[in-house]
Amino acid sequence: MAYFLQQFINGLTLGSIYGLIAIGYTMVYGIIGMINFAHGEIYMIGAFISIIAFLVLGSVGITYVPLALAIVLLVTMFFTSVYGWAVERVAYRPLRGSFRLAPLISAIGMSIFLQNYVQIFQGARVKPMEPLVQGGFTVFESGGFAVRLSYLQLLIILLTLVLMIGFTSLIAATPIGRAQRACEQDMRMAALLGVDVDRVISMTFVMGAALAAVAGLMVTLYYGVVDFFIGFLAGVKAFTAAVLGGIGSLPGAMLGGILIGLIEAFWSGYFSVEYKDVSVFVVLILVLVFRPTGLLGQPDVEKV
Amino acid sequence: MTAASGLAVDKLARPPVVWAPLLKDAALAALVAVLLALPLVGLQTYDIGGGALGIRTHFDWVAIAAAAVFVGRLALRLHPQLYGGRAAGGPTPISRLAIWANRQMLPITLAGIAFAVVLPFLPFSSRYLIDLGTTVLIYVMLGWGLNVVVGLAGLLDLGYVAFYAVGAYTFALLARDLGLSFWEALPFSGLVAASFGIVLGFPVLRLRGDYLAIVTLGFGEIIRIVLLNWAPVTGGPNGISDIPRPSFFGLPFARSAPEGVTTFHQFFGLEFSPDHRVTFIYFVILILALITNLFTLRIRKLPLGRAWEALREDEVACRALGINPTNVKLSAFAIGAMFGGLAGCFFATRQGFISPESFTFIESATILAIVVLGGMGSQMGVVLAAILLVTLPEFGRAFAEFRMLIFGAAMVAVMVWRPRGLISHREPTLRLGPQPTQGAGR
Repeated sequence: MAYFLQQFINGLTLGSIYGLIAIGYTMVYGIIGMINFAHGEIYMIGAFISIIAFLVLGSVGITYVPLALAIVLLVTMFFTSVYGWAVERVAYRPLRGSFRLAPLISAIGMSIFLQNYVQIFQGARVKPMEPLVQGGFTVFESGGFAVRLSYLQLLIILLTLVLMIGFTSLIAATPIGRAQRACEQDMRMAALLGVDVDRVISMTFVMGAALAAVAGLMVTLYYGVVDFFIGFLAGVKAFTAAVLGGIGSLPGAMLGGILIGLIEAFWSGYFSVEYKDVSVFVVLILVLVFRPTGLLGQPDVEKV
Repeated sequence: MTAASGLAVDKLARPPVVWAPLLKDAALAALVAVLLALPLVGLQTYDIGGGALGIRTHFDWVAIAAAAVFVGRLALRLHPQLYGGRAAGGPTPISRLAIWANRQMLPITLAGIAFAVVLPFLPFSSRYLIDLGTTVLIYVMLGWGLNVVVGLAGLLDLGYVAFYAVGAYTFALLARDLGLSFWEALPFSGLVAASFGIVLGFPVLRLRGDYLAIVTLGFGEIIRIVLLNWAPVTGGPNGISDIPRPSFFGLPFARSAPEGVTTFHQFFGLEFSPDHRVTFIYFVILILALITNLFTLRIRKLPLGRAWEALREDEVACRALGINPTNVKLSAFAIGAMFGGLAGCFFATRQGFISPESFTFIESATILAIVVLGGMGSQMGVVLAAILLVTLPEFGRAFAEFRMLIFGAAMVAVMVWRPRGLISHREPTLRLGPQPTQGAGR
């Protein structure tokens, strides 16, 4: 029981990170119907920018942890958003109205490009980062096994919660959120009614990138290592989360993220660590084959 | 909207250039470049020892990037047809070349094959060149195999390397456990890979294009992870070594053979040379690749090939005409997988050693890049792209380092400028009525 609870906490933390990335996939898919394959790399770039921001802050002497965290959070979100914006502008916008697979191939190219860009300029070595938020507390103890919840895990889960609430209200109650929902329903009609569709799409990429940046920062803090290759696997897992929750649905993405985090944690806790990635891929395939609309998604009818 | 305004400018016979908005636009682009480059190019992390990181600045590179973007953006705005080339009228030099190449397909093909055949015997030819040619031909064969799936049937397969791996491991296991030779195992490799294609493809081929892409990627990774972890059978990360080399109709390539076996050089009364085997291997892959090509060219003219192309263009219409999309897609998937498996079998015998490291996603992406850059559906384009991508790193260390960077950028650029590849041949094989005028775009 205690072991189960511990895995649950670990899975929830991991799932929060996946959920934040998954929102970027699901929003882009909802509006322009493409899989933004480069989104995992955006998350990786977020992780790198956060580690660089920490180093710069350290060198100018800001060492008070909450302040440093807040600054790094904002800086990372800003710079990563620029990447999200630029990727859309360069690789996807010229392709609107091209043939069906063109944006996906372009996205794969972008993903390869960004991975190697970071590898060339930052080096292929794993970047270590000393733990910044330490300590934690014991939730309860049974049979000599103490269930620990570290402050960092608490921080990740709470920050995700806050971001989710803020983000949901952003979509529900602000003009840009309204415009996004309009574009999701019918882009052409929205354009006719005066919504600047290009701007809305850009904003969608910016928001997705900002959330992925937070995920990148969290993973830097949580694992303490970053390399240029983390985006690929995290991207696939977050995409699986988005599909599992129902692609196009925001609560679905979060739910899917948490489920994927839990599946991964329990799989590596009870079965085998080697095959934990396989478990996620199997979930992806099963969901796509048996319930392609996901848990909370709308059925998608292909029109002639 | 750049493209639309570019068209308008062309029609109005070029009014005088208004510089202020152009400069402002370019300055904004340069600002974005600064924001992009500042954190990742301008600030570099490096190891300072003891598991800690230091940071050093490279603001000069940021300035270079900004200047390059400023100039580039200005050039694009002054010549709008450079960007979003679809709107620009008139064929560009490269599309004229592509049209010419498509018209002169037969002579070019024959010349290419003739060159490939005589390559090992040319005076400047060396062992290194033949080895390089072999590698190019492996990618050509893989590209042609994937072209069946992506180019003809329009199914984006991101896990093609899985079938390559299956073929390679099939041969390695048959050779290790049953003692089969390359020629005996070759058909099995193809068959096993094709069966994998069917087994994996059957549940997922009902999916839409981009979902299918992600699922195939998942399959590719699953196969790799299984190969990596199923150590008792696959040898895990150490792979399988001592894979037998192919023989020439039973004549091995060796300096000395065991009692009762004649070697190749003894049989033909030649001086022993290790180059014989290298050359022979080159011809094996040349023949395999040409078979793949011939097969594809012929099957395009059969009802099955026609159905692939029809399905690529319009799935709903195909259903209405009574074509079973699942079966048709499955056949494309299986045939593509079979060629992947055959190439894998060859790869195993050429290397003599295989491990899961050779079958990563980046390999799938490389093969896909070859197909995409060449122009999906174009056999000739695949050859050109394979030559380009394989030989690029040979030109020097710098290129090798930037190889994948250039790949990625080229994939994006081709999609933006020439979405149908450098040498496009996405024309349907059959067309009802007169052909519409040949434009530069789609």
